[in-house]
Amino acid sequence: MLNRKIAPAFKDAREFNLELPLYRKHVLSNGVEVFAIDLGNEDALMVSWIFDAGNWYEESSGVAGAVSALLKNGTSTRNAFSINEHFEYYGAYLSRACQHETADITLHCLNKHVGELLPVVAELIADSVFPQEELAIYQKNGQQRLQVNLKKSEFVASRLIDSYLYGPNHPYGKFSSLEQYQALERESLMAFYNKYYRQGACRIIVAGKLPASMEDLLEINFGKLSLHAPTPEDPTGWPVIEPATAKKYDIVNDPNGVQGSIRIARNFPNRHHPDFQKAQMLNNVFGGFFGSRLMTNIREDKGYTYGIYSYLVNNKQESGWLISTEAGKEVCRATIDEVYKEMDLLREELVDEEELQMARNFTIGTILGDLDGPFQVASRWKNLILHGMDEKYFYEGVRIVKSITPEELQELAKKYLDPSAFFELVVV
Amino acid sequence: MIHFERFQLSNGLRVLVHEDASTPMAVLDVLYDVGARDEDPAKTGFAHLFEHLMFGGSVNISDFETPLQLAGGENNAYTTNDFTNYYIQLPAENLETAFWLESDRMLSLAFSEKSLEVQRKVVCEEFKEHYINKPYGDVWFKMRELAYKQHPYRWMTIGSKLSHIEEAQLKDVKDFFFKYYRPVNAILVVAGNVKTDNVRALAEKWFGGIPSGEKYVRQLPKEPIQHELRKLEVSADVPLDALYKAFPMAARTEPGYYVADLITEVLGGGGSSRLHQALIKEKKLFSQIECYHTGSNDPGLVVVEGKLIKGVSLADADKAVEEELAKIQSEKISDLELTKVKNKTESAIVFEDMSVMNRANSLAIYELLGDANMMNTELGKYQAVTAGEILATSRQIFDANNSNTLYYQSK
Repeated sequence: MLNRKIAPAFKDAREFNLELPLYRKHVLSNGVEVFAIDLGNEDALMVSWIFDAGNWYEESSGVAGAVSALLKNGTSTRNAFSINEHFEYYGAYLSRACQHETADITLHCLNKHVGELLPVVAELIADSVFPQEELAIYQKNGQQRLQVNLKKSEFVASRLIDSYLYGPNHPYGKFSSLEQYQALERESLMAFYNKYYRQGACRIIVAGKLPASMEDLLEINFGKLSLHAPTPEDPTGWPVIEPATAKKYDIVNDPNGVQGSIRIARNFPNRHHPDFQKAQMLNNVFGGFFGSRLMTNIREDKGYTYGIYSYLVNNKQESGWLISTEAGKEVCRATIDEVYKEMDLLREELVDEEELQMARNFTIGTILGDLDGPFQVASRWKNLILHGMDEKYFYEGVRIVKSITPEELQELAKKYLDPSAFFELVVV
Repeated sequence: MIHFERFQLSNGLRVLVHEDASTPMAVLDVLYDVGARDEDPAKTGFAHLFEHLMFGGSVNISDFETPLQLAGGENNAYTTNDFTNYYIQLPAENLETAFWLESDRMLSLAFSEKSLEVQRKVVCEEFKEHYINKPYGDVWFKMRELAYKQHPYRWMTIGSKLSHIEEAQLKDVKDFFFKYYRPVNAILVVAGNVKTDNVRALAEKWFGGIPSGEKYVRQLPKEPIQHELRKLEVSADVPLDALYKAFPMAARTEPGYYVADLITEVLGGGGSSRLHQALIKEKKLFSQIECYHTGSNDPGLVVVEGKLIKGVSLADADKAVEEELAKIQSEKISDLELTKVKNKTESAIVFEDMSVMNRANSLAIYELLGDANMMNTELGKYQAVTAGEILATSRQIFDANNSNTLYYQSK
């Protein structure tokens, strides 16, 4: 007779041997480094061109984002329609994204079409012209999109908390406005593009079941462009972080709102700090996954919210530790109190072994799943490369997950999970 | 080509196995043949609320999440109008933990009052977060009611109102479970670094002894052919006017489905699509416009939705959309457009099937539709579509007497 009360035996996280597949690196004749992850079973690939062209580098607000968005809206020989049609005709996806530090162009396509697509990407990098009419449409539509977003409490909350953490003038803390869209000028877009894309610092990550000709194709299309490899950083020139002085904020964005967007956050050192990867483990226990304390208490016991999570922000200069949830208007205060209670518990009591084992095994299982497939491996490498790290950081992280003790977690909680160090914001 | 094995347990549970030795992971996916369309109109939102209760402990296992996380696994579930799907991904070595957990909750739930009480609140917060506390959040409540008069697609998966969820009773939970959540109404897919023989043994061991239950025979009211032009105007505290148009289309397994899918690509798929080019770029009437379809198993809807540029009237915007729809009804699309939308479909399928989780999920859904092997024949069906069929089907779909138009006005 089957005894369903007894769990089947399982392999513990500590017995799993996690391996981060390595990349193959080669350098184009202009010095741009290519990191190639040759994995997978499908004849499909991804190429990402990552430029030092985030909002960190812009002189006036919104320029970096506008350049990234309008990069495929016209070259000297093709208009926006024909560029879009070209990529779509070959079933390819060409996305652009602009973050704080970097901005990337990413192509996903079937291997058989890559030869038709790379020359047009090269054209976008070397010969975009930012037509005035496209800019005008972008300004108008961007403003409209912003107006809709400003009606959402979660959008308003997320930008305010960043400005409290880093200051409204820091690249991490400043946010878009209607006026800023209005003020965009083609000349400043062209200047930014020339400096940070056409003659910019770039690295290329390519992943998938790579065709043998891949290296040659990249050299032919990108090796002669005026790009260069990123130069080493000088942290003394980094912008000053000026956190807000007041810690608590209550904002009414919509008097008829039925939920509050709660953000509780503190500044936190960047990835190079020895506490960073350990804190990630403490964060997992605290609010990093479904079985975490915040979720178990505030959703699964109290039913105050559909979901609550905490996480460490992925910034280069300085991270932040953030708790985020949307909760019923009438239970916002109770939710915040419970978050602080959970901080208190982590400072005052040791995490028990079973809970730690669960967090550890869950984390290892997730990393194992995350390394499944070429694009997932590429995204992990991207993060390491952009932070100037290598596989040693990954293996050190795995070692920490497997070996961290309840005492170490409590030490970290005492050091960082002090409610008085946190900003607290509710936007209804 | 996705390879799989298929067998059935004596209690009627259908099992599919897809082996892929290149991943260290395994996925266990259980699909139950019940969705929001099977609900009582007076108790809508129940299939989805029930999905939440599936995590509130089963007859022999009080806590679902902890043992799974101990085994390095993660899981989730979702409910649609058509079905409910539960999936677990974990290291392949720990596959049996997934069998143990998933089979116990198919055997019976714990039916805890506390879990019902908490999940009612959680779902109410989910309702508020997605449908009340968001600009335009209530659009689909209105559009479904406009487009469907008989078929239960007239309500949303989340439910038609908060009170239906707040009033759910434990008795409803039990009845629902024993009617729908039986092996005979379920499909189990196991995929990843697994072996069919081992899966067969584990399936027999953990699911074999669960009473089969009675086969649920779906008898839903059919939506009558529309034959009328329907219009609704609402106003709300939103920054921009928005236009929504919905047109009935073919059911998932009918040939017309593939044609309709490609039509939405021609009209709204990407920056070179017709609506984007004509209405955002050339005429500058919309700041955003999309065309998609609901993809449901029973006859669904082709939808055009967009936000208007400030100062443009809804009537003018609507007229411009109608002009584009008239074009696709009067002239065959070009070979270039046809090749483009087929190439896009091919890519979408390849990229989607890269993940073992998606493959497991798709196998379950196609098996529910009648045959998991449809996964391997889908692309062929898209490739066979002709420009003539696109023209003919566009004429059927975009007939004015088939249209549901919603003007969502900014107050």
